[in-house]
Amino acid sequence: MSGGSTPMKLRESPAFKIALSLSIATGLYGVSFGALSVASGFDFWQTMVLSLLLFSGGSQFAFIGVVAGGGSGVAAMTASALLGLRNGIYGMQINAMLRPGGWKRYVSAHVTIDESTATASGQSDPGEQTRGFWTAGIGIFILWNIFTAVGALAGDAMGDPKQWGLDGAAVAAFLALLWPRLKGRQPWAIAAACALATVLAVPFVPSGVPILVAAVVAGVIGWFSHSRMDEGLEPDLDPYAEKRRHGSGGGK
Amino acid sequence: MNLWLWILIACALAYLTKLVGYFVPARLLDNPRIMHVAGTMTIGLLASLTVVNAVASGQGLVLDARVGALVAAAVALLLRAPFLVVVISGAAAAALLRLLGWG
Repeated sequence: MSGGSTPMKLRESPAFKIALSLSIATGLYGVSFGALSVASGFDFWQTMVLSLLLFSGGSQFAFIGVVAGGGSGVAAMTASALLGLRNGIYGMQINAMLRPGGWKRYVSAHVTIDESTATASGQSDPGEQTRGFWTAGIGIFILWNIFTAVGALAGDAMGDPKQWGLDGAAVAAFLALLWPRLKGRQPWAIAAACALATVLAVPFVPSGVPILVAAVVAGVIGWFSHSRMDEGLEPDLDPYAEKRRHGSGGGK
Repeated sequence: MNLWLWILIACALAYLTKLVGYFVPARLLDNPRIMHVAGTMTIGLLASLTVVNAVASGQGLVLDARVGALVAAAVALLLRAPFLVVVISGAAAAALLRLLGWG
């Protein structure tokens, strides 16, 4: 999956290391999804199908969250689908970066999620982008499902997952994914504007929708700021500068 | 049983959404403005996801142990901690604050 690189080369690859640590971190909080899902009234197989087939953390949490909050199946499906729209954008980005052909395109689509996209788009070298994307995508898929099962089975035994701070782990993970992109004034401004838009939208629209409001805000800013954008605001194709590679290790 | 139906529809939509991204015309992909928008959207979505996970509770806004997780994660990131350490910091902060009786 990694372009025929030898294991030795893989171990030396920064993208591979980043992807591995991301896989472990993200996979581990699959426990919180499994446990929360069972606590929300889903059975073991419903929980597993969400992790195996839907496979997008935010959408999965949205789906079970709506049901747990008394929402209907339709509402849960809608929140989940809206939250998953960003994966379409990620698909565009990954397609532009890796240009997978044939069957690989259908497999890569399934593992196109926040973490695999962030890993790939943080790298400049096409080989590193490929290694980062596939390692994170497949690594997270495997571990996320294993730990979803663990969480679902252990859900009752471990009591309240909040007691273990698993919701705090999710917050930290999203911030850690955002952090490396905040290079310069404009990314900070965009992040701040979108955070504010989210907070303002939460009380007025259904769960999941505030994230889309933020996406629209970010899209509008991006569209109109293009002509005067400063360098470095294209984290997607213009990558981690060297100093980030040297200065900071894994998980960036 | 009805819930199964919506689960499967949600799964199908999730996959199709991902796949659609791979089939938009190449012309779009080479448009710097589109890519720039995709970049700003990524920042916006991640910022929004961070905030939603930190302070949203359904349609309410609450300040609970998750804010402690956010602060702990930010400190870890400022100290250039690796991803896993950042995540563990967040979980530990939230768990500890709850142990102390907050949130």
